[in-house]
Amino acid sequence: MIYNYYPGCTLSTKAKELDVAARKCAEALGFPLVELPNWQCCGAVYPMAPDAIAERLSAVRALVAARDNGGVLVTLCSACHHVIKRVNDDMANVKEIQQKVNNYLGLEVPYTGETKVLHYLEVLRDVVGFENLKAKVVKPLQGRNIGAYYGCLLLRPGQVMSFDDVERPEILENFIKVIGATPVIYDMRNECCAGYMAVTDKNLCKEMVSEIQDNAADAGAGEFITACPLCAYNLLENAGATKLPVSYFTEVLAEALGLNEGGAD
Amino acid sequence: MVINNKERAEMLRQLAGTNVSLCIQCGRCSANCPVAWKMDVLPHRFVYELLNGGNVDVLLEAKSPWKCLSCFSCAERCPKGVSPAAIMEAVRLTHIRAQGNNKLNPADLENYDDKMPQQAIVAAFRKFNK
Ligand code: SF4
Ligand code: SF4
Repeated sequence: MIYNYYPGCTLSTKAKELDVAARKCAEALGFPLVELPNWQCCGAVYPMAPDAIAERLSAVRALVAARDNGGVLVTLCSACHHVIKRVNDDMANVKEIQQKVNNYLGLEVPYTGETKVLHYLEVLRDVVGFENLKAKVVKPLQGRNIGAYYGCLLLRPGQVMSFDDVERPEILENFIKVIGATPVIYDMRNECCAGYMAVTDKNLCKEMVSEIQDNAADAGAGEFITACPLCAYNLLENAGATKLPVSYFTEVLAEALGLNEGGAD
Repeated sequence: MVINNKERAEMLRQLAGTNVSLCIQCGRCSANCPVAWKMDVLPHRFVYELLNGGNVDVLLEAKSPWKCLSCFSCAERCPKGVSPAAIMEAVRLTHIRAQGNNKLNPADLENYDDKMPQQAIVAAFRKFNK
């Protein structure tokens, strides 16, 4: 299987750690990531309006490139995953969008949602398998109490994302167990961090993040892991008095697989 | 061209692409909205005012769409599969698609702190500008 990989704008810049650790671990786990040539930014937010065709094109181009190279597309950033997965669903199920996009792109073979979009965590769970992953852990993160922060975009809308139970997700908690740490469940793990309000309303972000930070700390978490660069930014930069550290899940994975030793990182 | 309330309601319904007539006004969308406490018009009203006899002006004048996070909590938790999030989007688009109505100034980009992820900037410019 070819693991076509869509890094997205933020992973090439401000969230390099998420990307670098992901590639390293994928290599070690036997699913080397092949970056799509010429990918374009996905737009970061799903264009909800049915008439927003131009806004869907970059996602479709990535999906078509993956279709023509084996049919699988791996994503990592929560926002990219959300946008690409939902646009793929539109291309499969919404006739009008499918027709307009294909009419514009004029592809040799029209695209109708054939590509299988997998989030990196889904590859770990469904392709590698958590049991097999566990066998590769050389440095279990014993004694670490980790709160998984899902945010909104990975889970919702559940019907389209079909990633995990939207109200009782467990993929990240199971991942935390596999790498030898203790998952901490707290109620706000699937509530919004205030997202793009980081740009327009910092006070709102602070109010919302304080609640999430306190909620996780009260439940006994000592740190967060997340898959989303914007969640990571808000949790850290807009925290109040409680400021639990935040890492990307690929960083703790690299740590558990012993891939950080001897390196400059 | 002057269009009446009924026609504007129909335009917004089209742009939102969600079936408002399924709504039972249970208020669960508003109860689950993380920024409801900052809104002047709550999410369930965005559905209600698009039903027959609704008042679209209330929605077009509301500040709520500029507080909405597009977190999809309302849509996910609606027992009838309605998406107030999509109506928020439709109202935002109605504003920013009109000339001269951009909310963000690209010149401000240099004032953003240097840790701000591209994702946030791209998202905000998609939501607040055309
Ligand atoms: S949750 Fe759904 S049915 Fe209930 S008020 Fe909101 S839109 Fe209507
Ligand atoms: S999408 Fe907007 S209206 Fe719906 S729950 Fe989230 S913030 Fe509230």
